[in-house]
Amino acid sequence: MTPQESAAAPEVAVAEDPVKVQNARVLALLHRLFGEATFTDVEEQYGLLSVTTTREHIHGVIAGLQQDQEIKLNFLTTMCGINYPEDEGKELGMIYHLHSLTQNIRLRLKIFFPVADPVVPTLTDLYNSANWMEREAYDFYGVIFTGHPNLIRILNVEDMDYHPMRKQYPLEDGTREDKTDLFFGR
Amino acid sequence: MMDTRVPEIKTVEAPEGVEGAGFFATSLEKVVGMARANSLWPLPFATSCCGIEFMATMGSHYDISRFGSERPSFSPRQADLLMVMGTIAKKMAPIVKQVYEQMAEPRWVLSMGACACSGGIFDSYSVLQGIDRIIPVDVYVPGCPPRPEQVIDGLMRVQDLARNESMRRRNAPEYQALLESYNIK
Repeated sequence: MTPQESAAAPEVAVAEDPVKVQNARVLALLHRLFGEATFTDVEEQYGLLSVTTTREHIHGVIAGLQQDQEIKLNFLTTMCGINYPEDEGKELGMIYHLHSLTQNIRLRLKIFFPVADPVVPTLTDLYNSANWMEREAYDFYGVIFTGHPNLIRILNVEDMDYHPMRKQYPLEDGTREDKTDLFFGR
Repeated sequence: MMDTRVPEIKTVEAPEGVEGAGFFATSLEKVVGMARANSLWPLPFATSCCGIEFMATMGSHYDISRFGSERPSFSPRQADLLMVMGTIAKKMAPIVKQVYEQMAEPRWVLSMGACACSGGIFDSYSVLQGIDRIIPVDVYVPGCPPRPEQVIDGLMRVQDLARNESMRRRNAPEYQALLESYNIK
Protein backbone atom coordinates (compact mmCIF):
# COMPACT_ATOMS: atom_id res chain seq x y z
CA MET A 1 0.00 0.00 0.00
CA THR A 2 1.48 3.34 -1.04
CA PRO A 3 1.33 6.30 1.35
CA GLN A 4 -1.16 8.03 -0.99
CA GLU A 5 -3.59 5.11 -0.84
CA SER A 6 -3.51 4.79 2.92
CA ALA A 7 -4.18 8.52 3.20
CA ALA A 8 -7.17 8.24 0.89
CA ALA A 9 -8.73 5.27 2.69
CA PRO A 10 -10.08 7.15 5.78
CA GLU A 11 -11.79 9.66 3.47
CA VAL A 12 -13.70 6.88 1.74
CA ALA A 13 -14.86 5.54 5.09
CA VAL A 14 -16.12 8.97 6.13
CA ALA A 15 -18.05 9.39 2.90
CA GLU A 16 -19.87 6.12 3.46
CA ASP A 17 -23.29 6.38 5.11
CA PRO A 18 -22.80 5.51 8.82
CA VAL A 19 -26.34 4.11 8.97
CA LYS A 20 -25.56 1.65 6.18
CA VAL A 21 -22.34 0.65 7.89
CA GLN A 22 -24.18 -0.02 11.12
CA ASN A 23 -26.95 -1.96 9.34
CA ALA A 24 -24.38 -4.11 7.57
CA ARG A 25 -22.74 -4.79 10.91
CA VAL A 26 -26.06 -5.77 12.52
CA LEU A 27 -26.97 -7.99 9.57
CA ALA A 28 -23.60 -9.70 9.73
CA LEU A 29 -24.17 -10.31 13.42
CA LEU A 30 -27.64 -11.76 12.74
CA HIS A 31 -26.18 -14.10 10.12
CA ARG A 32 -23.38 -15.14 12.42
CA LEU A 33 -25.68 -15.83 15.39
CA PHE A 34 -28.63 -17.48 13.69
CA GLY A 35 -27.49 -18.47 10.21
CA GLU A 36 -28.08 -16.82 6.86
CA ALA A 37 -31.04 -19.04 5.97
CA THR A 38 -33.04 -17.70 8.93
CA PHE A 39 -33.54 -14.29 7.34
CA THR A 40 -35.09 -13.22 4.05
CA ASP A 41 -36.28 -9.96 2.50
CA VAL A 42 -33.63 -7.67 3.96
CA GLU A 43 -34.73 -4.04 3.60
CA GLU A 44 -33.38 -0.70 4.76
CA GLN A 45 -36.32 1.67 4.46
CA TYR A 46 -35.41 5.10 5.83
CA GLY A 47 -32.26 3.54 7.29
CA LEU A 48 -34.19 1.10 9.46
CA LEU A 49 -32.93 -2.44 8.99
CA SER A 50 -35.82 -4.80 8.47
CA VAL A 51 -35.64 -8.57 8.07
CA THR A 52 -38.23 -11.30 7.64
CA THR A 53 -37.96 -14.57 9.48
CA THR A 54 -40.37 -17.37 10.40
CA ARG A 55 -42.48 -18.04 13.45
CA GLU A 56 -40.34 -21.10 14.21
CA HIS A 57 -37.30 -18.84 14.60
CA ILE A 58 -38.76 -15.64 16.00
CA HIS A 59 -38.65 -16.50 19.68
CA GLY A 60 -35.09 -17.80 19.51
CA VAL A 61 -33.90 -14.78 17.52
CA ILE A 62 -35.42 -12.22 19.90
CA ALA A 63 -34.17 -14.13 22.94
CA GLY A 64 -30.69 -14.37 21.41
CA LEU A 65 -30.56 -10.66 20.57
CA GLN A 66 -31.75 -9.79 24.07
CA GLN A 67 -28.95 -11.80 25.64
CA ASP A 68 -26.20 -10.97 23.15
CA GLN A 69 -23.61 -8.79 24.87
CA GLU A 70 -22.36 -7.18 21.66
CA ILE A 71 -25.60 -5.63 20.42
CA LYS A 72 -27.81 -5.67 23.56
CA LEU A 73 -31.12 -5.39 21.71
CA ASN A 74 -32.94 -5.54 25.01
CA PHE A 75 -35.91 -3.21 24.51
CA LEU A 76 -39.11 -4.24 22.70
CA THR A 77 -40.32 -0.93 21.30
CA THR A 78 -43.52 -2.27 19.82
CA MET A 79 -45.13 -5.21 18.14
CA CYS A 80 -48.23 -5.31 15.98
CA GLY A 81 -50.24 -7.50 13.68
CA ILE A 82 -50.81 -6.98 9.98
CA ASN A 83 -53.09 -8.50 7.37
CA TYR A 84 -52.37 -8.93 3.65
CA PRO A 85 -55.33 -11.01 2.41
CA GLU A 86 -53.90 -11.31 -1.13
CA ASP A 87 -50.71 -13.12 0.01
CA GLU A 88 -51.87 -16.70 0.04
CA GLY A 89 -50.37 -18.73 2.88
CA LYS A 90 -48.94 -15.58 4.53
CA GLU A 91 -52.07 -13.55 5.08
CA LEU A 92 -51.31 -12.60 8.64
CA GLY A 93 -48.11 -11.18 10.06
CA MET A 94 -46.48 -9.92 13.20
CA ILE A 95 -43.93 -7.12 13.22
CA TYR A 96 -41.49 -6.61 16.06
CA HIS A 97 -39.42 -3.50 16.67
CA LEU A 98 -36.33 -3.91 18.83
CA HIS A 99 -34.09 -1.20 20.18
CA SER A 100 -30.69 -1.27 21.81
CA LEU A 101 -30.79 1.49 24.38
CA THR A 102 -27.06 1.40 25.03
CA GLN A 103 -25.96 1.49 21.38
CA ASN A 104 -28.97 3.17 19.76
CA ILE A 105 -29.53 0.42 17.22
CA ARG A 106 -32.97 -0.37 15.94
CA LEU A 107 -34.13 -3.51 14.17
CA ARG A 108 -37.44 -4.56 12.68
CA LEU A 109 -38.37 -8.22 12.45
CA LYS A 110 -41.33 -9.56 10.50
CA ILE A 111 -42.99 -12.95 10.38
CA PHE A 112 -45.86 -14.10 8.19
CA PHE A 113 -48.15 -17.09 8.56
CA PRO A 114 -51.43 -18.42 7.15
CA VAL A 115 -54.70 -17.00 8.45
CA ALA A 116 -56.04 -20.53 8.91
CA ASP A 117 -53.30 -21.30 11.42
CA PRO A 118 -52.52 -18.02 13.25
CA VAL A 119 -50.38 -19.47 16.01
CA VAL A 120 -47.23 -17.70 17.18
CA PRO A 121 -45.04 -18.29 20.26
CA THR A 122 -45.45 -15.65 22.97
CA LEU A 123 -42.72 -13.23 23.98
CA THR A 124 -44.12 -12.69 27.47
CA ASP A 125 -41.37 -14.88 28.92
CA LEU A 126 -38.79 -12.42 27.50
CA TYR A 127 -40.56 -9.07 27.78
CA ASN A 128 -43.40 -8.28 30.20
CA SER A 129 -44.38 -5.42 27.88
CA ALA A 130 -45.33 -8.02 25.26
CA ASN A 131 -48.33 -9.03 27.38
CA TRP A 132 -50.70 -6.22 26.41
CA MET A 133 -49.33 -5.87 22.87
CA GLU A 134 -50.01 -9.55 22.20
CA ARG A 135 -53.50 -9.14 23.61
CA GLU A 136 -53.99 -6.24 21.21
CA ALA A 137 -52.81 -8.33 18.24
CA TYR A 138 -55.14 -11.11 19.35
CA ASP A 139 -58.00 -8.65 19.74
CA PHE A 140 -57.66 -7.03 16.32
CA TYR A 141 -56.15 -9.80 14.16
CA GLY A 142 -56.92 -13.04 16.00
CA VAL A 143 -53.30 -14.08 16.36
CA ILE A 144 -53.04 -16.86 18.96
CA PHE A 145 -49.94 -16.57 21.14
CA THR A 146 -49.05 -19.93 22.64
CA GLY A 147 -47.90 -19.61 26.24
CA HIS A 148 -49.50 -16.21 26.84
CA PRO A 149 -50.77 -16.09 30.45
CA ASN A 150 -54.01 -14.20 29.78
CA LEU A 151 -54.91 -14.03 26.09
CA ILE A 152 -58.21 -12.11 26.15
CA ARG A 153 -59.48 -9.01 24.35
CA ILE A 154 -57.95 -5.76 25.56
CA LEU A 155 -59.61 -2.87 23.71
CA ASN A 156 -62.80 -4.05 22.05
CA VAL A 157 -65.98 -5.10 23.79
CA GLU A 158 -65.62 -8.52 25.37
CA ASP A 159 -68.50 -10.11 23.47
CA MET A 160 -67.24 -9.10 20.01
CA ASP A 161 -67.25 -12.22 17.84
CA TYR A 162 -64.70 -11.28 15.18
CA HIS A 163 -61.30 -9.64 14.78
CA PRO A 164 -62.09 -6.26 13.28
CA MET A 165 -58.78 -5.27 11.67
CA ARG A 166 -58.80 -8.28 9.38
CA LYS A 167 -59.54 -6.81 6.00
CA GLN A 168 -62.52 -9.00 5.19
CA TYR A 169 -64.55 -7.00 7.73
CA PRO A 170 -65.78 -3.49 6.95
CA LEU A 171 -64.33 -0.63 8.96
CA GLU A 172 -67.61 1.28 9.02
CA ASP A 173 -70.50 0.66 11.35
CA GLY A 174 -73.20 -1.20 9.46
CA THR A 175 -76.05 0.47 11.33
CA ARG A 176 -75.22 4.06 10.40
CA GLU A 177 -78.29 5.71 8.88
CA ASP A 178 -77.37 9.26 7.94
CA LYS A 179 -74.95 8.27 5.18
CA THR A 180 -77.27 6.32 2.90
CA ASP A 181 -77.32 9.15 0.36
CA LEU A 182 -77.31 7.85 -3.22
CA PHE A 183 -74.72 10.33 -4.52
CA PHE A 184 -72.73 11.61 -1.58
CA GLY A 185 -72.98 8.81 0.95
CA ARG A 186 -70.90 5.73 1.07
CA MET B 1 -69.74 60.55 48.73
CA MET B 2 -70.58 56.90 49.00
CA ASP B 3 -71.77 55.00 45.94
CA THR B 4 -75.23 53.82 46.85
CA ARG B 5 -76.07 52.13 43.55
CA VAL B 6 -77.33 48.60 43.91
CA PRO B 7 -76.13 46.17 41.22
CA GLU B 8 -78.92 45.05 38.98
CA ILE B 9 -79.71 41.43 39.75
CA LYS B 10 -81.97 39.59 37.38
CA THR B 11 -84.17 37.07 39.12
CA VAL B 12 -86.75 34.72 37.72
CA GLU B 13 -90.12 36.28 37.20
CA ALA B 14 -93.02 34.92 39.20
CA PRO B 15 -95.37 32.61 37.32
CA GLU B 16 -98.90 33.65 36.41
CA GLY B 17 -101.15 33.74 39.45
CA VAL B 18 -103.48 35.71 41.62
CA GLU B 19 -101.82 38.27 43.78
CA GLY B 20 -103.23 40.22 46.68
CA ALA B 21 -102.19 41.79 49.92
CA GLY B 22 -100.04 39.23 51.67
CA PHE B 23 -100.76 36.26 49.40
CA PHE B 24 -99.94 34.88 46.00
CA ALA B 25 -101.81 31.94 44.51
CA THR B 26 -100.72 29.87 41.52
CA SER B 27 -100.70 26.25 40.49
CA LEU B 28 -98.18 23.95 42.15
CA GLU B 29 -97.10 22.65 38.77
CA LYS B 30 -95.88 26.10 37.70
CA VAL B 31 -93.92 26.63 40.90
CA VAL B 32 -92.33 23.21 40.72
CA GLY B 33 -91.53 23.71 37.02
CA MET B 34 -89.91 27.04 37.79
CA ALA B 35 -87.86 25.56 40.58
CA ARG B 36 -86.74 22.61 38.50
CA ALA B 37 -85.85 24.72 35.49
CA ASN B 38 -83.66 27.04 37.52
CA SER B 39 -81.75 24.46 39.47
CA LEU B 40 -80.81 21.87 36.89
CA TRP B 41 -77.85 19.98 38.24
CA PRO B 42 -75.91 18.65 35.29
CA LEU B 43 -73.84 15.49 35.28
CA PRO B 44 -71.05 16.11 32.77
CA PHE B 45 -70.29 12.84 31.03
CA ALA B 46 -67.33 14.16 29.09
CA THR B 47 -65.29 11.72 27.04
CA SER B 48 -63.43 13.92 24.56
CA CYS B 49 -63.00 17.36 23.01
CA CYS B 50 -66.62 18.46 23.62
CA GLY B 51 -65.81 18.06 27.30
CA ILE B 52 -63.13 20.74 26.93
CA GLU B 53 -65.72 23.05 25.42
CA PHE B 54 -68.02 22.27 28.32
CA MET B 55 -65.28 23.29 30.74
CA ALA B 56 -65.24 26.69 29.05
CA THR B 57 -69.04 26.81 29.38
CA MET B 58 -68.74 25.98 33.05
CA GLY B 59 -65.97 28.52 33.69
CA SER B 60 -66.43 32.13 34.70
CA HIS B 61 -66.44 33.56 31.17
CA TYR B 62 -69.60 31.84 29.98
CA ASP B 63 -70.71 30.74 33.44
CA ILE B 64 -73.37 28.08 33.18
CA SER B 65 -74.29 28.79 36.82
CA ARG B 66 -76.16 31.90 35.68
CA PHE B 67 -78.84 29.43 34.62
CA GLY B 68 -79.02 27.65 37.94
CA SER B 69 -76.60 24.89 36.96
CA GLU B 70 -74.26 26.00 39.67
CA ARG B 71 -73.29 22.57 40.76
CA PRO B 72 -72.08 19.98 38.27
CA SER B 73 -72.98 16.76 39.98
CA PHE B 74 -70.48 13.97 39.63
CA SER B 75 -72.87 11.48 41.12
CA PRO B 76 -75.82 10.49 38.94
CA ARG B 77 -78.01 10.11 42.04
CA GLN B 78 -78.17 13.86 42.61
CA ALA B 79 -78.21 14.94 38.97
CA ASP B 80 -81.17 16.13 36.93
CA LEU B 81 -79.51 16.52 33.56
CA LEU B 82 -77.14 14.08 31.90
CA MET B 83 -74.88 15.95 29.50
CA VAL B 84 -73.16 13.45 27.22
CA MET B 85 -70.24 15.15 25.54
CA GLY B 86 -67.95 13.32 23.19
CA THR B 87 -67.48 10.08 21.34
CA ILE B 88 -69.10 7.13 23.04
CA ALA B 89 -67.35 3.90 22.13
CA LYS B 90 -69.45 0.76 22.09
CA LYS B 91 -67.55 -0.42 25.12
CA MET B 92 -68.63 2.75 26.93
CA ALA B 93 -72.32 2.38 25.99
CA PRO B 94 -73.37 0.16 28.93
CA ILE B 95 -71.73 2.64 31.32
CA VAL B 96 -73.70 5.57 29.87
CA LYS B 97 -76.84 3.54 30.22
CA GLN B 98 -76.03 2.57 33.78
CA VAL B 99 -75.39 6.21 34.69
CA TYR B 100 -78.73 7.15 33.16
CA GLU B 101 -80.50 4.39 35.08
CA GLN B 102 -78.97 5.58 38.34
CA MET B 103 -80.42 9.06 37.93
CA ALA B 104 -83.64 9.81 39.77
CA GLU B 105 -86.72 11.21 38.03
CA PRO B 106 -87.17 13.83 36.75
CA ARG B 107 -84.18 13.45 34.44
CA TRP B 108 -83.24 14.95 31.12
CA VAL B 109 -80.51 14.16 28.63
CA LEU B 110 -78.56 16.64 26.54
CA SER B 111 -76.44 15.20 23.75
CA MET B 112 -73.61 17.56 22.90
CA GLY B 113 -71.62 17.43 19.67
CA ALA B 114 -71.72 15.42 16.47
CA CYS B 115 -70.26 12.26 18.03
CA ALA B 116 -72.79 11.95 20.83
CA CYS B 117 -75.66 12.84 18.47
CA SER B 118 -74.82 10.58 15.52
CA GLY B 119 -71.35 9.10 15.81
CA GLY B 120 -69.91 12.09 13.95
CA ILE B 121 -66.85 11.42 11.85
CA PHE B 122 -66.32 8.12 13.65
CA ASP B 123 -68.22 5.89 11.27
CA SER B 124 -66.44 2.93 12.79
CA TYR B 125 -67.16 -0.54 14.08
CA SER B 126 -66.09 0.49 17.56
CA VAL B 127 -68.12 3.69 18.03
CA LEU B 128 -71.74 3.99 19.06
CA GLN B 129 -73.60 5.80 16.27
CA GLY B 130 -75.48 8.21 18.51
CA ILE B 131 -76.38 7.86 22.17
CA ASP B 132 -80.09 7.84 21.33
CA ARG B 133 -79.58 4.17 20.52
CA ILE B 134 -79.23 3.38 24.20
CA ILE B 135 -80.94 6.19 26.13
CA PRO B 136 -83.68 8.71 25.26
CA VAL B 137 -82.32 12.17 24.40
CA ASP B 138 -84.21 15.43 25.05
CA VAL B 139 -81.98 18.02 23.40
CA TYR B 140 -79.35 17.62 20.68
CA VAL B 141 -76.62 20.25 20.36
CA PRO B 142 -74.92 19.91 16.96
CA GLY B 143 -71.37 21.02 16.23
CA CYS B 144 -67.86 19.64 16.24
CA PRO B 145 -67.45 20.83 18.91
CA PRO B 146 -70.31 23.26 19.60
CA ARG B 147 -69.43 26.68 20.93
CA PRO B 148 -70.25 27.44 24.59
CA GLU B 149 -73.10 29.67 23.40
CA GLN B 150 -74.67 26.64 21.73
CA VAL B 151 -74.31 24.58 24.89
CA ILE B 152 -75.99 27.35 26.88
CA ASP B 153 -78.75 27.46 24.27
CA GLY B 154 -79.16 23.70 24.64
CA LEU B 155 -79.36 24.08 28.39
CA MET B 156 -82.03 26.74 27.97
CA ARG B 157 -84.05 24.36 25.80
CA VAL B 158 -83.83 21.82 28.62
CA GLN B 159 -85.01 24.57 30.96
CA ASP B 160 -88.01 25.10 28.69
CA LEU B 161 -88.77 21.40 28.91
CA ALA B 162 -88.42 21.39 32.69
CA ARG B 163 -90.59 24.49 33.04
CA ASN B 164 -93.42 23.38 30.80
CA GLU B 165 -93.51 19.64 31.23
CA SER B 166 -96.08 17.92 33.35
CA MET B 167 -94.88 17.66 36.93
CA ARG B 168 -95.44 13.94 36.86
CA ARG B 169 -94.01 13.18 33.47
CA ARG B 170 -92.73 9.83 34.62
CA ASN B 171 -96.31 8.59 35.04
CA ALA B 172 -97.34 9.47 31.51
CA PRO B 173 -98.01 6.40 29.38
CA GLU B 174 -95.95 7.73 26.44
CA TYR B 175 -92.96 8.26 28.74
CA GLN B 176 -93.37 4.75 30.11
CA ALA B 177 -93.54 3.43 26.56
CA LEU B 178 -90.42 5.42 25.61
CA LEU B 179 -88.42 3.91 28.47
CA GLU B 180 -89.87 0.52 27.63
CA SER B 181 -88.57 0.87 24.05
CA TYR B 182 -85.09 1.45 25.46
CA ASN B 183 -85.54 -1.53 27.79
CA ILE B 184 -84.99 0.65 30.85
CA LYS B 185 -86.69 -0.73 33.98
